[in-house]
Amino acid sequence: MTLGTRWSRPLTLAGLAVVPVAVLGVFFVLPVAGMLHEGFWADGSFDPGAVLEVLGRPRVHRVVWFTVWSATVATVVAVLLGLPAAHALHRLRFPGRDLVRAALLVPFVLPTVVVGVAFRQLLGEAGPLGFLRLDGTAIAILAGLVFFNVALVIRGVGTAWESLDPRPAEAAAALGAGPVQVFWTVTLPALRPAIVSAASVVFLFCATAFGVVLTLGGLRYSSVETEIYLLTTNLLDLQAAAALSILQLVAVAALLLVAGRLRAVPGGGADRVVARPRRPARGDTAALVATTVLLVLVAAPIATLVSGSLHVDGGWSLDNYRALTTDGTHQALLVPVTDALVTSLRTAVDATWMSLSMGLLVAFVVTRRSRSRAERRVRSGLDGFFMLPLGVSAVTLGFGFLITLDHPPIDLRDSPFLVPIAQALVALPLVVRTIVPVLAGINDRQRQAAASLGAGPLRAVLTVDLPVVWKPLLAASGFAFAASLGEFGATSFLARDDHPTVPIVIYRLIGHPGPMNFGMALAASVVLAATTTVVMLVVERLRVPSVGAF
Amino acid sequence: MLTLDDVSVDYDGVPAVVDVTLDLPDGEVLAVLGPSGCGKSTLLRAVAGLETPSAGRIGWDGHDLAGVPTHKRGFALMFQDGQLFSHLTVGRNVGYALRIRRVRGPQVERRVAELLELVGLAGYAGRLPATLSGGERQRVALARSLAVEPRLILLDEPLSALDAGLRERLAAELREILRAAGTTALMVTHDHEEAFTVADRLAVMRGGRVVQSGPIAEVWRGPADPETALFLGYARVLHGDAAGVLLGAAAMPPAPAVAVRRSALIASPDGPLLGEVVSGRATPEQVRLVVAVPGVGEIDAVAPLDLHPGPGERLRLAVEAAKLAVIPAGGLPAAGAHSRDP
Repeated sequence: MTLGTRWSRPLTLAGLAVVPVAVLGVFFVLPVAGMLHEGFWADGSFDPGAVLEVLGRPRVHRVVWFTVWSATVATVVAVLLGLPAAHALHRLRFPGRDLVRAALLVPFVLPTVVVGVAFRQLLGEAGPLGFLRLDGTAIAILAGLVFFNVALVIRGVGTAWESLDPRPAEAAAALGAGPVQVFWTVTLPALRPAIVSAASVVFLFCATAFGVVLTLGGLRYSSVETEIYLLTTNLLDLQAAAALSILQLVAVAALLLVAGRLRAVPGGGADRVVARPRRPARGDTAALVATTVLLVLVAAPIATLVSGSLHVDGGWSLDNYRALTTDGTHQALLVPVTDALVTSLRTAVDATWMSLSMGLLVAFVVTRRSRSRAERRVRSGLDGFFMLPLGVSAVTLGFGFLITLDHPPIDLRDSPFLVPIAQALVALPLVVRTIVPVLAGINDRQRQAAASLGAGPLRAVLTVDLPVVWKPLLAASGFAFAASLGEFGATSFLARDDHPTVPIVIYRLIGHPGPMNFGMALAASVVLAATTTVVMLVVERLRVPSVGAF
Repeated sequence: MLTLDDVSVDYDGVPAVVDVTLDLPDGEVLAVLGPSGCGKSTLLRAVAGLETPSAGRIGWDGHDLAGVPTHKRGFALMFQDGQLFSHLTVGRNVGYALRIRRVRGPQVERRVAELLELVGLAGYAGRLPATLSGGERQRVALARSLAVEPRLILLDEPLSALDAGLRERLAAELREILRAAGTTALMVTHDHEEAFTVADRLAVMRGGRVVQSGPIAEVWRGPADPETALFLGYARVLHGDAAGVLLGAAAMPPAPAVAVRRSALIASPDGPLLGEVVSGRATPEQVRLVVAVPGVGEIDAVAPLDLHPGPGERLRLAVEAAKLAVIPAGGLPAAGAHSRDP
């Protein structure tokens, strides 16, 4: 045996993995470690006692309790609302179904700040639901979280439902089970993995939500994520922030581990068998009604947002949009919103190619067939490593960037790439999770067949992988683009004052008094929402099942 | 000529193939026959370069193939399920290897048409794989493998994904096609009928080892041990006195053990054995019986269709020598026992 065969595979693996690992090392591990260091080492000496002291504070207890409580309730509600819609949108066939499907996916990619603004507009004193006096309550936060995440349930459970073999249900019906019994005894158990998996992801997103809680919770309600933000920016209590970051990191890592175990077996890319959707029958009325209600619930905040942006002083007007070229009342902004939009788009383009190229490398590395147990372990280790950004608060990441990448050897303080890099890292798990199931679904024998016909490794990839993966790749880039446009947590630390992105501008506008400023915030939100929606509609047209399925 | 010298393959230290030595002369078809899990597919993959042997040497015409990657070996591998590229038409699938070798234009089309003709699918070039039946897909896969006249074609259970009737027909066609193309082929299969139809030589594998190999008729006539005999389609293996009685009736010299095919005993008015019918079942061609023969025990026999003896009836039986195979003493365990097909 020559050196070539024994070492060429591990060397190729290492060669492909080295770039993403280095990038993640410098731009993720280093900043997060820097942040933790800041907390543990007070005045140059290791002081873990202070961290424990932080975890004993009553306010921290309240924050942790609120985080767990709100995430749990929001998850339960999202699952209960999402299940009927998943059935209606993935098992039934009716006119306009695809449009409804796309519409219900939109909230998931709406920038968090936009969602916050929309809910304040809906529930505020002057809003259509103002009489409910929900503005600033925990209910408002819950509604925002559910609004955001119900799409994940519909997606995750819907795709599983779609690929469910209909025969066991038919067998049960033939044995005398009514539709309800069939659902409880056959369908629901078969869907359980998908439901648990979707619920755990929703819980994860709810528990780490930042923009929604910050804009809707104000100072009364704080989750761990917003508390880290307040502690670092307003109170400069880095030890407390680090303590909460660690708590969050541990909790989220544990949750990811559990979610990974429970994750539904991926449907696979190439040859998925899908039961044909059928026409709605009388028994589907409940599901259809529930879907309509959900659609109204999702549309209401967006509709009020749009109508609010078109109202000035009680009349219809485009003034709010015209004002986007100005810097607002009382110079609320340093640059006009239109400039911020250009910055946002540029940043999103950069973040997209970064996360895409990294995500593609990672996906290739983790899905290649392993020839030994050690190789398999390395690959699954890498898989987990690149999921880490999902588990770390974007705020922690942003702040870590600020304190570790501002001095030689890596000084990126003024680099135009600082924000895109941070956003690319936040989008990376999304990209990897979209591409990995597709690549993993390719039968490795296809590549072997190509090789045995004389195709070299690169040619084999072009023949076998590319035709299957290009659509998911496009979808992933749309996803990354939308995520980058709306990213708020990390960007709020890193964007320079004279080059803000749109979400930053919106947040600043709602924090500044003056009716014109709020109007501008509404208009800017509409513009941002419209942009991400268009991107998402394009993605939806690609019909990639793994989009948004974690 | 393919040569395997003491080749072993491990998966994480678990041996899958152990010390396999085989030769395959040019132009011949070798079938590696064995139950699932015996390591035959791993052996094939090692020859293809998809697994690295942990010991031993795989060579072609005297050159060691270690370190030669799959795509440079010039061996075509055909999978059980074809593995056609679903986004390419039949024509482009078949022409794939030609294009990789930079053959262009009308030459490719001519060769593709020729190959499709060879596998009986003339005019299918524009179809997509998804529109083909299982048998058609396997034919396309075969044509694709043959396109660049590979030095060796490796067939991994090429017909086992097909239904029985089609499998039988395609096995005969496969032999004709391989013969016509003059290709050297290594095929693994668990179906002995398929092996007999397609191959010239046979290697029987069990537990990662080749337990017997040689020209197909030789192996068939002289299985090395009882297990091999049963795997080759012999219905029972008789030992000791029972073997003696049967061999005597066939006018063959006595031996410690003999493998018996299902149709070795035939109802015949002047046969040397007398048996009592235990059960009978009519098939379209003959009546299959189980008879109890004194000194032998229960054994299979056949009778012509016009004769349908009921249970308890006595019957004279002749033994066809060509359907018995004497097991050499070297292949027997220390204590002989009556064993039969599961």
